[in-house]
Amino acid sequence: MKAKGKVFKYGNNVDTDVIIPARYLNTSNHQELAKHCMEDIDADFITNVQDGDIIVASKNFGCGSSREHAPIAIKTAGISCVIAADFARIFYRNSINIGLPILECPEAAANIEAGDEVEVDFDTGLIINITKNETYQGQAFPEFMQKLIAAGGLVNSINKDL
Amino acid sequence: MGMTMTQKILASHAGLSEVKPGDLIMADLDLVLGNDITAPVAINVFKGIHAKTVFDKDKVALVPDHFAPNKDIQAAEQCKMMRGFAMEQDITNYFEIGQMGVEHALLPEKGLVVAGDLVIGADSHTCTYGALGAFSTGVGSTDMAAGMATGKAWFKVPSAIKFVLKGKMNKYVSGKDVILHIIGMIGVDGALYQSMEFVGEGIANLTMDDRFTIANMVIEAGAKNGIFIVDDQTIDYIKGHSTKEYTVYTADADAEYERTIDIDLGSIKPTVAFPHLPENTKTTDEITEPVIIDQVVIGSCTNGRLSDFAKAAKIFEGRKVAKGIRTLIIPATQKIYLQCMELGYLKTFVEAGATVSAPTCGPCLGGHMGILASGERCVATTNRNFVGRMGHVDSEVYLANPEVAAASAILGRIADPTEL
Ligand code: SF4
Repeated sequence: MKAKGKVFKYGNNVDTDVIIPARYLNTSNHQELAKHCMEDIDADFITNVQDGDIIVASKNFGCGSSREHAPIAIKTAGISCVIAADFARIFYRNSINIGLPILECPEAAANIEAGDEVEVDFDTGLIINITKNETYQGQAFPEFMQKLIAAGGLVNSINKDL
Repeated sequence: MGMTMTQKILASHAGLSEVKPGDLIMADLDLVLGNDITAPVAINVFKGIHAKTVFDKDKVALVPDHFAPNKDIQAAEQCKMMRGFAMEQDITNYFEIGQMGVEHALLPEKGLVVAGDLVIGADSHTCTYGALGAFSTGVGSTDMAAGMATGKAWFKVPSAIKFVLKGKMNKYVSGKDVILHIIGMIGVDGALYQSMEFVGEGIANLTMDDRFTIANMVIEAGAKNGIFIVDDQTIDYIKGHSTKEYTVYTADADAEYERTIDIDLGSIKPTVAFPHLPENTKTTDEITEPVIIDQVVIGSCTNGRLSDFAKAAKIFEGRKVAKGIRTLIIPATQKIYLQCMELGYLKTFVEAGATVSAPTCGPCLGGHMGILASGERCVATTNRNFVGRMGHVDSEVYLANPEVAAASAILGRIADPTEL
């Protein structure tokens, strides 16, 4: 499985309150949530984002609240993959559980710039920066998580066993 | 290899004799929690799972606390959906307005969590119950749905940092200052994916309320969970609140820790986290420029317990809130509210010019009951000061203990209680 798109770049500690502010959490409608994705950190994000685009950030992406609305908003906005130096753990497991591919790669986080065209191979964890003609090796998913993703997320994987 | 407290609880709930950091396990759950924001998402997911009923109607807790009492029509719809699910599934621990409270203050008070339990909650501050010697951690709505259906969740076994507490806290210093001090020291990702285990003789000098406050904010250092050793105070608390059986887990002598940090409680001063991260801490004596404020909030799952209001009431006694400052007092549960009433604290607050609200998360997450306008500043006893957390993106939140918050309300700027 691969993703390819233009990069939106953010810094350290992007928290779930800026990914989707609490004032919009009075709905669980995915499209409604996506409309306000990244609003408090990047008001232009939602007008500029196109299907397949990629978010690249530095350390501790997705810290703060456990709201699954955050990865849902990102996924529904059209983002195909989030790359960060590392992730806050609840955001990490939520993304896996809902099927938003995320990748840890400090090197990619340090070198990729906003607007770069980037391709990601989820099976190998390889990240290609087409604009800069560079490659970075991200962490491939452990087998357990690959199985979850292959099953189509946690719900489908549970349904198989029930 | 020896195991930490956390690893022992995980191993026993996964039916394993041993686990080590990095292991992926399936573990049995003692309780699954959700609120009016996360449960509606989870209920939608639950409907997609081929299970008709929850795994155990006594082991699911549903609390409408975030936008409740309903702040608007959409919030009302979310609460209605959760209530409908609770009725249909005959959930024992659904708490309606009038019995409810902020979930992480409510569950221990109702005796729903005891030492040795494994709890997940679709709320990041589920880590609060580590104060009782339980393993508890925040998850998302899909995990909550899966947990409600199967009674199980997957975990990656964490490594741990050991905090050895010694000494005794000074006047006007409480659990909040201890955890802010620690977050200031290790940073908001200082314990990422790890457990924070609190041990040492200093723990005997911390009240249960102090411990709840400390465990509550370990997530603000990125931790998976925080856990305290169980002592006589813990046992008294559990016996006073619950009839559930508890198990005390202690770390092995040769348990491995990534690092050990000694904390002298006597050296900690009243501490304030400046915007926009809990790690931006300053002790009150380091604040040189006056920070003029507009609002004060005393409440939340961090500092909305009885001892917090006892401390705040002492400061407000015979004094007045400064002109132009809004002060909101929000007891975290109905029981705390009633106790504050019986002990006369509510009278003290109202006479001082503060307003008292029904239990709710309200302003803590910028929900309702005290939203900030652009450029406004709030001193809050809550746990997060992220951009826009309490309202407008250009507003600011300063995190502090209840005594500092009360003193700030009186002086109209961030203040140390000794300045009064
Ligand atoms: S009081 Fe604040 S931090 Fe605690 S559960 Fe409510 S919103 Fe979350």
